[in-house]
Amino acid sequence: MADVAEKAKTKLKYSKEQYLEWYHIMMLIRRFEERTLLAYSQQKVRGFCHVYIGQEAIAAGLKSALKPEDGIVTAYRQHGIALMKGASPNACMAELFGKATGIVKGKGGSMHFFLAENKYFGGNGIVGAQIPIGTGIAFAEKYKGTHFLCVTMFGDGAARQGSLFESFNMAMTWKLPVLYICENNFYAMGTSVNRTSNVTDIYKIGHAFDIPSEPVDGMDPEKVHEAIEKAAKHIREGKGPYFLEIKTYRYKGHSVSDPARYRSKEEVEHYKALDPIEILRDRILGSNVVTEAELDAIEEEIKDAVDAAVEFADNSPLPDPSELFTDNYMQEDYPFIKD
Amino acid sequence: MGRIITLREALGEAMSEEMRRDESVFLMGEEVAEYNGAYKVSKGMLDEFGPKRVIDTPITELGFAGIGVGAAMNGLRPIVEFMTWNFAILAFDQIVNNAAKTLSQSAGQFNCPVVFRGPSGAAGQLAQQHSQTFESWMGNVPGLKVISCIDPADAKGLLKSAIRDNDPVCIMESEIMYGLKGEVPEDEYLVPIGQARVRRSGTDITLVSFNKMVLVCLDAAEELAKEGISAEVIDLRTIRPLDIATLVESVKKTNRMVVVDESWPMFGVSSEVAYQVQKDAFDYLDAPVRRVNAADTSLPYASTLVDEYLPNPEKVIRAVKEVMYVQA
Ligand SMILES: Cc1ncc(C[n+]2csc(CCOP(=O)(O)OP(=O)(O)O)c2C)c(N)n1
Ligand SMILES: [Mg+2]
Repeated sequence: MADVAEKAKTKLKYSKEQYLEWYHIMMLIRRFEERTLLAYSQQKVRGFCHVYIGQEAIAAGLKSALKPEDGIVTAYRQHGIALMKGASPNACMAELFGKATGIVKGKGGSMHFFLAENKYFGGNGIVGAQIPIGTGIAFAEKYKGTHFLCVTMFGDGAARQGSLFESFNMAMTWKLPVLYICENNFYAMGTSVNRTSNVTDIYKIGHAFDIPSEPVDGMDPEKVHEAIEKAAKHIREGKGPYFLEIKTYRYKGHSVSDPARYRSKEEVEHYKALDPIEILRDRILGSNVVTEAELDAIEEEIKDAVDAAVEFADNSPLPDPSELFTDNYMQEDYPFIKD
Repeated sequence: MGRIITLREALGEAMSEEMRRDESVFLMGEEVAEYNGAYKVSKGMLDEFGPKRVIDTPITELGFAGIGVGAAMNGLRPIVEFMTWNFAILAFDQIVNNAAKTLSQSAGQFNCPVVFRGPSGAAGQLAQQHSQTFESWMGNVPGLKVISCIDPADAKGLLKSAIRDNDPVCIMESEIMYGLKGEVPEDEYLVPIGQARVRRSGTDITLVSFNKMVLVCLDAAEELAKEGISAEVIDLRTIRPLDIATLVESVKKTNRMVVVDESWPMFGVSSEVAYQVQKDAFDYLDAPVRRVNAADTSLPYASTLVDEYLPNPEKVIRAVKEVMYVQA
């Protein structure tokens, strides 16, 4: 009992609703991804499939710190970012199943969700390609005179591509409203960060361009939120780009086909002990403003939503073969070569 | 008697044999060393040759392709592996503007004996960016040689020839064919660049193809045989230079040709083959040369769209019957 009384003293920094929002989105992503892996093992999901498990706190911090009108673009490890941006679990799961009801009509699969109405500019399969694209989205915001920014996300592996250096230079020279976020999960497939460069503190790359750049603990949504809020404020003041290296960890292999033998068991266990969802749960419960029953209710609701998404995806039709010739050109009567 | 090995092993053997033979040959690319290759083609090579000659690069295609070009200009024989050719698009500046042009620009002072290799073509439901076919792109460029072959024995002999070749060579493999088994000769051998190979002989129709579409043609030929149609199947193996003589020889016998090419239809390998054959064998043709390509679209993810997009035996048989003027 003394224990409980002790815990009751931990005071939460933000509102109860804020913590519950974080808990909800992180739990949704976790459960969605677990179902994705199960569906993959049942061969309902095919192709390349990269899950976000372990990295959920980044999505949570983005959700609370951004405006809905801020754009976002990321790489292929993108289910969680799309869900955070308001994509429906039904449409996402149906996309993974390659169904006509998917978020891009079954045309993109795991790596390519898009949601124009929420300014989700997509998942990109070419490592580093989204860095200049996000810079261009930000360019358009500035050009149009808005106060919105574009979050441009990439992995530690992508941070070595030339596209990053070219983009950083132009973004800073032209003071573009772009928030660069490197999700450093310490591996690019089987290659650890320290095997790809002498500069293993990736945020320091920004310093070469005089871009304000910082490392962030990516296992804690509070810290992610605060870092993004501060960066966004700077960007909205017209001072140009900001760069956050958010340190995180992926619990699973690079993609479903990667057994991840290049990491030691101890290393993976170490990070699992830092699980962002567990940490958040302990913090919330320790505050005594939220009961375990409330969290259980959220989990129950998420479980139902994910079950429903799988059922929706299962029961949806495959795209008609004629869809192959749609969405290649805006021109409606484009003359395709057909033999 | 040869040995039965996979395409993956055949390519690995080719590289290892050439590296034992010539100190100037080295391999670099993403995940080629410690991970033993994204598709395990370079399995065991780091152990044998060490990190000086089997080199993991960061994800920097433009950069390491250029390092390959520079190293080749300065006396080495790099093998540059692309995880797939889709990512080599980032490196096209170095391949097209430099590897292909160094000899011409330097008026023969510098040649560029580099090999660029990796898988090309659709490989399941990988969607738009990961499913492209590159023979036509690279085949368009003077200064490059282009090989595309999945038969283990031929691929091994061709890769060895490519490594010894004094010009830049692009090699197209296939992710989903690395496990394909075939018999390879016991002793050392080379397969010359620039020669097609008849994989099945026949008298009624010539099917021309390369890479994994050769298997589609062989399946189609098997079906056609049941209906009394005898198809000859030719595997181009090399895309540039094209072995037109072998095609013309075949058409003289069959008088009909269908080209099966996973590239997009416009301005591709199939267009070139059709042009050359009509030019050199017009008098022998009893019907226009027809082709079966991937659809003139990007390749989406869903299974129904992949099926619609790719050439398959049914589409080949339909085209054959059209040029033979028989009812489908
Ligand atoms: C240009 C390019 N090169 C190679 C690949 C193959 N590839 C896909 S993901 C990946 C690793 C990327 O790692 P990182 O940027 O750290 O992102 P993470 O997967 O850790 O989220 C590689 C090499 C690719 N998709 N695009
Ligand atoms: Mg990474």
